[in-house]
Amino acid sequence: MAIKKFMYLNRRSSFGTVYAIESLEVVLVAAAFDQDVSLAFIDDGVYQIIEGQNTNGIGMKNFSKTFHALGDYEINKLYVSAESLEERGLSADDLMPLVYEDEDDNWVEKSSVKVVSNAEISKIMSKQDVCFSF
Amino acid sequence: MADILGAKVDEEGFLIDLGDWSKEIAEQMAKDDDVSLSEEHWDVINFLREYFEEYQIAPAVRVLTKAIAKRMGKDKGNSKYLYSLFPYGPGKQGCRFAGLPKPTGCI
Amino acid sequence: MLHTVNKSSFERNSLKSCINIIDDTSVILLIEDGVISATKNINSSMIANLANQGRVYALQGDVEARGISSKLVDNIKLVDYTGFVDLVVEHGTSVSWV
Repeated sequence: MAIKKFMYLNRRSSFGTVYAIESLEVVLVAAAFDQDVSLAFIDDGVYQIIEGQNTNGIGMKNFSKTFHALGDYEINKLYVSAESLEERGLSADDLMPLVYEDEDDNWVEKSSVKVVSNAEISKIMSKQDVCFSF
Repeated sequence: MADILGAKVDEEGFLIDLGDWSKEIAEQMAKDDDVSLSEEHWDVINFLREYFEEYQIAPAVRVLTKAIAKRMGKDKGNSKYLYSLFPYGPGKQGCRFAGLPKPTGCI
Repeated sequence: MLHTVNKSSFERNSLKSCINIIDDTSVILLIEDGVISATKNINSSMIANLANQGRVYALQGDVEARGISSKLVDNIKLVDYTGFVDLVVEHGTSVSWV
């Protein structure tokens, strides 16, 4: 199967709707088929990867932990909208430290998260074969 | 709905409620599959349970293999070895014994 | 790129999300309840500029079904299903902002 570039746009926060967890499921499926997967977090989607989520009080699965597994699935391109963070009073320091080990660089641990402008996300989007919005 | 030692399972034999899991249930599932659980099986089952606790997902086979290689060495972190323990697939069968859901992307 | 939006701007923020991020060469196609955003209303300043640049399309069948043909923002281009397909072909990758 030819490798295609897939981008998943995450636009909603984690627990109010099923979009976020469904997106993550689909991302893992795509990764299992060895596709080139990247994720973008815009609007309330940025809340999905905030550090320190604890779902004990709402009886829902804390799937923020699953983002830490993405590196092992070779998903290491997570783009976060700088504008969306700023609008919400957040910064890069509020995000989970998601990392991957770079196979081509002696397995050095590197960050998977990049805070970029909307214009940059737009540019990356236009290079994809497929874009899904959640 | 089917059950194993009183714990409900789905049509493929995966536990509905992960909280129902016990070693006895794993042993029974294995027995039903004509597998007897050795220490090597338990290493993988325990690894899977720890992985799930940490990441909230059942790993894909490829990821599981790599992770086991990292933790327990290449002689165990390879698909030949893992399939010898779990002939129906380390992902599918291993996760079922471990009380985990079916791995995402696993058909 | 082609961006389709299928929700009203009064119900969801998908149109706004989309406009915030698209580049200068992208076009928007409003379908289903998305066509409500093609009408002159309190939110229409969002798309007025893009429409003037000829970059906003609306699916005619959805516009007519909702009886809003006479209320559209200036310069919105109406397309039928064939036109929809043409847009997909012309613009390559498409994103649906559900």
